[in-house]
Amino acid sequence: MAYSEKVVDHYENPRNVGNFGKTSEVKDRKDIGVGVVGAPECGDVMQLQIKVNPETGKIEDAKFKTFGCGSAIASSSLATEWLKGKTLDEGMAIRNTEIVQELSLPPVKIHCSVLAEDAIKAAIHDYQEKNGIHTEEHAHHH
Amino acid sequence: MTMKLPVYLDHAATTPCDPRVVEAMLPYFTEEYGNPGSRNHRFGWASEDAVDKARASVAALLGASEKEIIFTSGATESNNLAIKGAAMMYEKNPAGQTGRGHIITAVHEHKAVLDPVKRLMREGFDATFLEPGPDGIITADMVKNAMREDTILVTLMWANNEIGTINEIPEIGALCKSRDVIFHTDATQWVGKMPTDVERDSIDLLSLSAHKMYGPKGVGALYVRRRKPRVRLVPLQEGGGQERGFRSGTLNVTGIVGLGKAAELCMAEMDSERDRLLKLRLKMERELTAAIDVSQVNGHAEKRLPHMTNISFGFVEGEGLMMAVKNVACSSGSACTSASLEPSYVLKSLGIGDDLAHSSLRLSMGRWTTEEQVDYTIAEVKKAVTKLREMSPLYDMHLEGIDVSKIQWASH
Repeated sequence: MAYSEKVVDHYENPRNVGNFGKTSEVKDRKDIGVGVVGAPECGDVMQLQIKVNPETGKIEDAKFKTFGCGSAIASSSLATEWLKGKTLDEGMAIRNTEIVQELSLPPVKIHCSVLAEDAIKAAIHDYQEKNGIHTEEHAHHH
Repeated sequence: MTMKLPVYLDHAATTPCDPRVVEAMLPYFTEEYGNPGSRNHRFGWASEDAVDKARASVAALLGASEKEIIFTSGATESNNLAIKGAAMMYEKNPAGQTGRGHIITAVHEHKAVLDPVKRLMREGFDATFLEPGPDGIITADMVKNAMREDTILVTLMWANNEIGTINEIPEIGALCKSRDVIFHTDATQWVGKMPTDVERDSIDLLSLSAHKMYGPKGVGALYVRRRKPRVRLVPLQEGGGQERGFRSGTLNVTGIVGLGKAAELCMAEMDSERDRLLKLRLKMERELTAAIDVSQVNGHAEKRLPHMTNISFGFVEGEGLMMAVKNVACSSGSACTSASLEPSYVLKSLGIGDDLAHSSLRLSMGRWTTEEQVDYTIAEVKKAVTKLREMSPLYDMHLEGIDVSKIQWASH
């Protein structure tokens, strides 16, 4: 199975690798939302951090770190790119199918895009919880 | 001298065909194209002579006699014929629904052994799947403890295809002989690389494949013992009665000639190759594990094939790693290389955690592997692990002193 050009590009030049601080440091920062999804046993763990401007309500910056295959790394890299400049609602609206389409992921790699969507939702949800923003139920299951 | 890229380090998957093998095969496509079954003209005789010569070469490689070699399409067919053919021949309760006999194998065998055994279980046979210890090795004691009154067949690989560990085959052979139990070994990864003597080691049935020993794909052999005891099998493929009735079908003359030539070359070059490759393997293991923290060589420290190694690098995922070392062709036990999300069942059977099983690379060398290629590989793997760890949230947690294995991960 050959990788698509876009997967290779994101894999070789990942956008926004990193974080805004250690887990313990960002825990109490109200402008940061953190999502960690997946499990090492499943071969994928994604950590996504978003930095939100409280004035505008927009996601100013996003960083990721991912343990996983090339498609998982590409999916999270793409997610950070898409999140920047979006409002929380716009971020919430990102669907895994859009990631699949953008990266031309084959069926066996769809779970990587699902994980990226989960990471986005988890990070936004974390920010909202920290800031006491009550929204519609974001609970999801898969 | 510039090195050609990518470097091929996946010889446990398949080997290139030796040009000398190809050369030996060529006349049998266009000049000597007779059917060895044609007994009445020179075309048939020429092909038959070629097949006989190949049979002698394969027999010599195994310490067997020519009449004990059955040519097949490869090790998968050989395994199927050996396991199903022996089970049906030696069953205790012919065509019964249950109690047809007991088979001993191991959980980390190749699927071409496991699946035939599982089919037999659905058809009324019992089976024990031995579990190795952390070293990956199946011992004669494990087999002895699993033996029952109704055990009819033991099938255990000589060397494991993912980790290269070597089972106690001579001891298991002696045990089976003393108990009058048929002993089959899938020696696909072993034959041609390591000295083999079916007489000394009391092996009744042995599978091998040409394409793992610098021969062509699509041809292999099954050794079937003819004396003490004379092993019989129920054939799976019936027809013209070729190969003493064990395997009907016109012989694949070109493939068989290739296998014969490959066997001859392995015989001549085995000893020097073994030493050369072992030195390279040890170098690779030493340098990679010294340079990279939280890395481990999987399987027994010494009892492993000289030419291959399986190493886990913590906190990086195997497929991602293979993508990063794109100029080294190798394989991984990570789930992402298979359709399922389960990592390698072989590594899991050694008690290696799922996380480290996902993080493994199998590097297998061969006849044309050079030290330059090995040095290149070491450098590339080091670079890739460093790069991926910079991206790995698990490595961060490790550095922060968090035990990743103790985290309660949400089910996914």
